[in-house]
Amino acid sequence: MAAVLEVRDLNVTFELYQRQVAAVADLNFTLNEGETLAIVGESGSGKSQAFLAIMGLLARNGRATGEAVFGNTNLLTLKADALDRYRGRDIAMIFQDPMTSLNPSLRIDTQLKEVLVKHKQQTSEVAHRNVVEMLERVGIPEPGKRARSYPHELSGGMRQRVMIAMALLCQPKILIADEPTTALDVTVQAQMLELFKDLTDHFGTSLVLITHDLGVVAGVADRMMVMYAGRAVETGSVNELFYDPRHPYTFGLLHSTTHVEHTGERLAPVKGLPPSLENLPSGCAFHPRCPYRFEPCDQKRPELTSREHGRLAACFYEGEMEREDLETAEVEAEMQP
Amino acid sequence: MSDTTATATTTTRGGTASNPNKPVLKVGNVSKTFPISAGLFRKALTLTALDDINLTVANGETLGIVGESGCGKSTLGRCILQLIKPDEGSVELYGQELTTLPTEQMRMMRQDLQIIFQDPLASLNPRMTVGEIIGDPLRVFLSKTHMSKAERRKRVIKMMEAVGLLPEMINRYPHEFSGGQAQRIGIARALITEPKLVVCDEPVSALDVSIQAQILNLLADLKDEFGLTLVFISHDLSVVRHVSDRILVLYLGQIVESAPREDLYHDPKHPYTKALLTAIPIADPKKARERTIEGLIGEVPSPISPPSGCRFRTRCPYAIDKCAEERPPLEQAGFNRNVACIRWREIENGTAKPRHRDPTAGASPADTSAASLPDHEGPKAFPTLEPR
Repeated sequence: MAAVLEVRDLNVTFELYQRQVAAVADLNFTLNEGETLAIVGESGSGKSQAFLAIMGLLARNGRATGEAVFGNTNLLTLKADALDRYRGRDIAMIFQDPMTSLNPSLRIDTQLKEVLVKHKQQTSEVAHRNVVEMLERVGIPEPGKRARSYPHELSGGMRQRVMIAMALLCQPKILIADEPTTALDVTVQAQMLELFKDLTDHFGTSLVLITHDLGVVAGVADRMMVMYAGRAVETGSVNELFYDPRHPYTFGLLHSTTHVEHTGERLAPVKGLPPSLENLPSGCAFHPRCPYRFEPCDQKRPELTSREHGRLAACFYEGEMEREDLETAEVEAEMQP
Repeated sequence: MSDTTATATTTTRGGTASNPNKPVLKVGNVSKTFPISAGLFRKALTLTALDDINLTVANGETLGIVGESGCGKSTLGRCILQLIKPDEGSVELYGQELTTLPTEQMRMMRQDLQIIFQDPLASLNPRMTVGEIIGDPLRVFLSKTHMSKAERRKRVIKMMEAVGLLPEMINRYPHEFSGGQAQRIGIARALITEPKLVVCDEPVSALDVSIQAQILNLLADLKDEFGLTLVFISHDLSVVRHVSDRILVLYLGQIVESAPREDLYHDPKHPYTKALLTAIPIADPKKARERTIEGLIGEVPSPISPPSGCRFRTRCPYAIDKCAEERPPLEQAGFNRNVACIRWREIENGTAKPRHRDPTAGASPADTSAASLPDHEGPKAFPTLEPR
């Protein structure tokens, strides 16, 4: 499989009250053609900021260094107008809340046509036809009529479909979806996830799915990357990470997830609280909460190292992990609730 | 639990109930509508949030209430607490009718009846310290003569320890806490008066996965420790399954099915429950890929103009013409379970076949009467929902 996006040593820092806070640190990954890569992490893990950086959408006080190579271009070095040649055309992004991403005062087709007129130099009439076709493709009923609607006239699920339609108009190589179903009802979420599967199959788009929901990941993604405190702690295929996690945090996340098929069973969550990015623990950022921490963990940071089948994990511990260990783990004082 | 019983009013605390088998909570025929102003020259509309809800909660039981947005689950929670007055029907706590209770007496009842909210930070006063927030119910319910400031502080510290907060945080302000910690504060505040019934309205929806699990475990522990009866409202069926003894499924303000937890998950009878269960993401890649999603078409219709007859019929794969005629009664369907569907027996024995969702077909005839609002029917047939 050919790589469509290669990210090397991506660092994202924010200046906060004259201090530099690292939101993403030394991130390396490859996105392959046609695959769905899930980025999993809790709030503050840097999963969204990494991709906002790649898209050139960081807040003003944010700065990204490193490389994000698309084709032969490092996107991180491009100025906004140069980046506009890629954004929306080759790489599209959709967000959690569709209402805030749509302009409330413009009709749906006006907003969607703009993409085609700008990137594909289509005339308004041709663009309109393509817009209606795409709206139909993402499952919007009466697309001709809906194209004339304003965003507020549509329900949440419909708006998210419009966003997806907009993102797919130029048939991008990469679609980045940041918590695309979190705001939706469960039956609508199921429809959306099926739609993603269909669209990636149909257009061969590579999908990056940023989410905290392991249930969503299990059903849709091929590979996943788990992030903690701005760093990738484990990457591998979805099956490998779900059935044989190598990093204690991944292991803990899996045991924190309420599982519709298990009942009554007590959850065994990772104890303690996630660290503040302004005051990260020394060594491995996870060590104060980790049931398996030992000598080097608070001194040295484990690098992402290769395990079998090209999977990676950043942990010194290589032994077995048991559910009981999560329950009996002692959290270091500063991470206690 | 008797140390707080003496109060100045005539209402004694419900917890003194003589009969432990009596349901803690009994909700009878509760309905609630909200007027919607539609603009100067348009007819005012009515939104039906709850339509004839009946339920009981036994002592020590956890009742889960699930449904999608707009199904009325939060309104129901607030009606139980009398934070919203129901239009009709009764709400009884230990046999004491709450809907007709004068304000002052209702206020005193609230020490037995507490709520934990979804957004933990928004539910805490930013200008009060944690100690003040958690101790406030004691101040309100027990006058100074009944509890000194020092004693109150002692109780607050005990409660902070019970919910896993460090006692030295007592003088901090809410903004210094993370979401999970703030929810612990909310829980401590709800439990400090030793309530009998706690309504949890989406208590973990705003939290990260690992914190969510910590709070669920905490609620389970506290339930045992304090002998609580819980009403647990959530849109997340895997969370509800995890905590509940019995589950109620709401759709557009009506109960469509109620059953003990395992029965509901292993043998759902209502087509909506069936669809809801298959739509939950499973955190297991192999199982997630193997199963077929009994996808529903479209989205929940607007509660302003719900479909006639069975409200689910516009999305139901088993709908027939008769479904549009009258509201299906909530029928007994086995021990301790009810279902509101005129075809549940046919569906169970396999004589009712789901409508084939043909992508090229137009809307089914049943759809038309409900299509008065723009985004009602959703995609008529959603091509990708067919098992592939």
